[in-house]
Amino acid sequence: MLGKLTWAAIPFYQPLPLYAMGVVGIVILAALGVVTVKGGWPYLWREWLTSVDHKRIGVMYLILALIMLLRGFSDAIMMRSQQAIAIGGAQGYLPPDHYDQIFSSHGTIMIFFVAMPFVIGLMNFVVPLQLGVRDVAFPVLNSVSFWLTASGALLINVSLVVGSFARTGWMGYPPLSELAYSPDVGVDYYLWLLQISGIGTLFAGINMVTTILKLRAPGMTYMRMPIFCWSALTSSILIVVAFPILTATFAMLLLDRYVGMHFFTNDAGGNMMMYVNLFWAWGHPEVYILILPAFGVFSEVIATFSGKPLFSYRSMVLALLAICVLSFTVWLHHFFTMGASADVNAFFGIMSMIIGVPTGVKVFNWLFTLFGGRVVFRTPVLFSIGFMVTFVLGGMTGVLLAVPPVDFVLHNSVFLVAHFHNVIIGGVIFGALAGYNYWFPKAFGFTLDEKWGKASFWCWLVGFYLAFTPLYALGLMGMTRRLQHIADPNWRPLLLVAEAGAVIVFLGILCQLMQFYVSFRTRESRRDLTGDPWNGRTLEWSTSSPPPAYNFAVLPRVETIDAFWQMKRRGLARAEPVYEAIEVPRNSPIGIVIAFFAVMSGFALIWQIWWMAIIGLLAIAVTVMVFGWSENREREIPANEMARMERARLSFGRPA
Amino acid sequence: MTIATVDAVPVEVVRGRGGGGPAPTRTVVAYGFWIFILSDITMFSGLFAAYAVLSDRTAGGPTGSDLFNLRNVFIETMCLLVSSYTAGLGALSAERRQRERFLVFAAFTFVLGAAFLYIEISEFAGMVGKGAGPSRSAFLSAFFTLVGMHGAHVTSGLLWLVYMVAQVVAKGLRPHVLRRLLCFSLFWHALDIIWVGVITLVYLMGAR
Amino acid sequence: MHDGRCAIAGAQHGPASNAHGGRGRLGGARWLVVGAAMSVASCQQTGVLEPEGPVASAERLLLINATAIMLVVVVPVIVATLAFAWWYRSSNARARRSEEVAYEGRIDFVVWSIPALVVILLGGVCWIGAHQLDPRAPILAGTKPLDVDVASLDWKWLFIYPAQGVAAVNQLVVPVGTPVRFRLTSATVMNSFFVPQLGSQIYTMPGMTTHLNLLADKPGEYPGLSANFSGDGFADMRFTVHAVSAGDFAGWVAQVRGSGSALDIPGYAALAKSSQAVPPTTYRSVDPQLFERIVDQTALSPGKARAGGASSPPVRRAGG
Repeated sequence: MLGKLTWAAIPFYQPLPLYAMGVVGIVILAALGVVTVKGGWPYLWREWLTSVDHKRIGVMYLILALIMLLRGFSDAIMMRSQQAIAIGGAQGYLPPDHYDQIFSSHGTIMIFFVAMPFVIGLMNFVVPLQLGVRDVAFPVLNSVSFWLTASGALLINVSLVVGSFARTGWMGYPPLSELAYSPDVGVDYYLWLLQISGIGTLFAGINMVTTILKLRAPGMTYMRMPIFCWSALTSSILIVVAFPILTATFAMLLLDRYVGMHFFTNDAGGNMMMYVNLFWAWGHPEVYILILPAFGVFSEVIATFSGKPLFSYRSMVLALLAICVLSFTVWLHHFFTMGASADVNAFFGIMSMIIGVPTGVKVFNWLFTLFGGRVVFRTPVLFSIGFMVTFVLGGMTGVLLAVPPVDFVLHNSVFLVAHFHNVIIGGVIFGALAGYNYWFPKAFGFTLDEKWGKASFWCWLVGFYLAFTPLYALGLMGMTRRLQHIADPNWRPLLLVAEAGAVIVFLGILCQLMQFYVSFRTRESRRDLTGDPWNGRTLEWSTSSPPPAYNFAVLPRVETIDAFWQMKRRGLARAEPVYEAIEVPRNSPIGIVIAFFAVMSGFALIWQIWWMAIIGLLAIAVTVMVFGWSENREREIPANEMARMERARLSFGRPA
Repeated sequence: MTIATVDAVPVEVVRGRGGGGPAPTRTVVAYGFWIFILSDITMFSGLFAAYAVLSDRTAGGPTGSDLFNLRNVFIETMCLLVSSYTAGLGALSAERRQRERFLVFAAFTFVLGAAFLYIEISEFAGMVGKGAGPSRSAFLSAFFTLVGMHGAHVTSGLLWLVYMVAQVVAKGLRPHVLRRLLCFSLFWHALDIIWVGVITLVYLMGAR
Repeated sequence: MHDGRCAIAGAQHGPASNAHGGRGRLGGARWLVVGAAMSVASCQQTGVLEPEGPVASAERLLLINATAIMLVVVVPVIVATLAFAWWYRSSNARARRSEEVAYEGRIDFVVWSIPALVVILLGGVCWIGAHQLDPRAPILAGTKPLDVDVASLDWKWLFIYPAQGVAAVNQLVVPVGTPVRFRLTSATVMNSFFVPQLGSQIYTMPGMTTHLNLLADKPGEYPGLSANFSGDGFADMRFTVHAVSAGDFAGWVAQVRGSGSALDIPGYAALAKSSQAVPPTTYRSVDPQLFERIVDQTALSPGKARAGGASSPPVRRAGG
């Protein structure tokens, strides 16, 4: 009746998860209670949950990312603490059973539910504004994408409480992830929740590609597009072409586990090496999906805060396209040690180095953007400079690992762990935080506190180096990754330094929370009245902060690159435009409804509660069909109402 | 502060280098759906790659040449290809707002697609009955998954076709219905392309 | 090699400390930590930077050379980043601004050339190194190689000496100066056989055989581990490599033959049961077919032929 689900799935006798569940449960109930008491549900439903506005959806993605950052980071602190304590003969406080789930969920959460939503959220919010259009190509699909991602996030948190999570690492290699060696539901949680959120991500990629290629303001040719839009385009192309590979791979592993097929099993001809190849054929483009938008953020921030155009825009575009294509040619460097021939290993090693060329070009171009500029050290700039130093070091260790014989002694060590955290924290996280600080005033109408922003930057920077430099050293000393306890007591000092680093990063996260709190409290004194707090160059700064739901009453006509900058220089005619009626999409509950049934189906499939799964999947099909039948997805705002709204809006803060 | 444009009407600016302004809805919808089909083809290519790697790992069990009936494959292929032709004729009729002709061609498309599925399901049932089911060997797992995934897409396509016929009957050939029909046509033709890949890699190369 | 000097630390201390001079966004404190970490690292004597064999030595050399080549570009870039950001700060009245410059052809050319040249150089290093240090490449050392068959179990390492007819668990004794030819497989899930001071690691996979060639230059005890996560007992999959003189090796073999149990099929069945933190043991004899049957996955069920099929050979090489 309830498949594999029994009361034993709830960890009544395990204090740690039980306690964590209790705390989180109380917080969630408290939050829901506050909303109910304040009568906030109609507002929440109308303005956020059923919104199809790309700006709202972008903000929700960021909120999801920041909440999951807390969860993923608590996993990290637990891992660091365990490794700082469980040295010599000590076993620490996390038995292997738990520790293995924690490092698996740490990786899964950070990649899929922190980095991806952060990056997709920024792209969602910014791209239509920068392109000078009103929304993305498919607004309802956008909402569905977000809610499917949130569904996956919900399921991974449910796995903490009901059942367990995978104990295979975030990559889920067979045969360990096959039924024979992972008989419980952990791997099923991993596979189903990633399939669900993977569909959401795929749709987001399709949406973004279509928007950037088919919806731009009049006059905005490809080479007049802001560089962030180019980075969003290349990242989204990678999403469209890479994520289906993961879908297929996980489908095959699910078929092995559920139906007894033999794609990757030890017997009957299964081939586990194929999983490794397919996984990383997705996995390598994935890391470029994450870093390319971060590169875009840095390009925008460095140009704006240097007061100069981005140096060699064409080379930057070419570099983005080159990285996009080359990212599909390097995947084998994730498993040089799997026994391929020297020719094969050497080829992929060389390709992995070649992809460093466009990246190096970008770093040089940022350097020359700073050169001769007038640099203002706001928080986003600090993150950019921190990125340029840190990412270059991380890239260097990456090229080092791309030499197969060097990889033979460093593969799967904590040197590797330090490398990828180096590029992900130094690259993706710093980019995300720079973008967050940079575009926050546009989204909410007030700037963020600089003092706390800078404090969080320094904590992140120092914390990162303290946490991961010891890991570089330990990797050279022979420490491998994913160790639940450490045999060599000589490694203790370095592990303690690493723990200290993690604590400092935690302080950085606290500083960010403090920054938001303080900024919110003092928001009246930091209102962005002009819409252009940074003397920006691109079209999003031409709108008010926050922009109206329709972004632009009249689509701007673009004649150059850095369209807004040129418009400011030429001095804008203050004549009021002729308003026309426009169409805006209506809200839609489809996203959240599908998400509800997706969570239900996912949970049911994990626990093999077949009747519930069938109901859930049918409900999704019905919802899709109901949506597919609908008309009237847009409503018209007539010209006179446009005029009225615009005049009212612009009478605040208009310069005399 | 907003940009004041010279006028609200988009001027003829820089066509050909992408400067023509936002594309019309029909173009945007069709393009987006094409990108989706691109992603679907990528998903199939993962399954194709798996099949190619596993095609000789028969675990002592039956091989492709033992199992494949090329005559049936030929018939199914003809059904699918002709159904694409009738779908094309249906699309043309819809564009010309010829409702009855569209419905006739839709019916032909459905029947041919259903015939394809019938032959394929019979083939699968026969193989399972002979003990050559998907859990027999890696080769058979890959075969059933690749060909079965295509069949699942054909099934969804047929359900979608019924749904579209219902929309046409209820609402007529209005612009938004036509856009959805356009998406269906793209989907149905894409399935043909995948099928050509399947018969080449799986049946023709496997039956040798 | 055991000179106690911190080779890598030196390479990274020198040029990088320029960044500290006054401009430091980096901050002196962090470099102190880095320096300390590096000193601790290279004075530890059991890791990658303390090779005890030709493979590991060559790999360490590659590591150092590749790092040094890249530092030639990386350090100036880091210095320039900090220098430009500081010099062109908006409050610096002395800086000459060029706020309209968006492109300069000569700079563009140089910008593409520098990474390209570095990559061409490193690419050559990569090609040559990958071929010279191919794990399958036999080591030529004048002495007849020693064959060792390795199987990773849950959660211990089994070493079979086919020529000597003995086996050991979680300890590997090899004669100094003799090339060791490994054939490796796994009885259960993917692991990775790794002795950092002797060189390359290689995956072990069920149903397949991988190949590795290593050599120990000097007598000593070198830690070994599994470098691919394989489950609850993974952290204890450690073993020690004892490199001894040829005479001592013969003595050890003789001693092993005289005590301990036999690793026949029932003995293997007992060994294959899940266990963690297994202390080192030896077996005085080994079933001569045992390794092949582990690869075939018939070692635990003698009667059943492996369902790998006629089309897949019993001992298969991984990759290639």
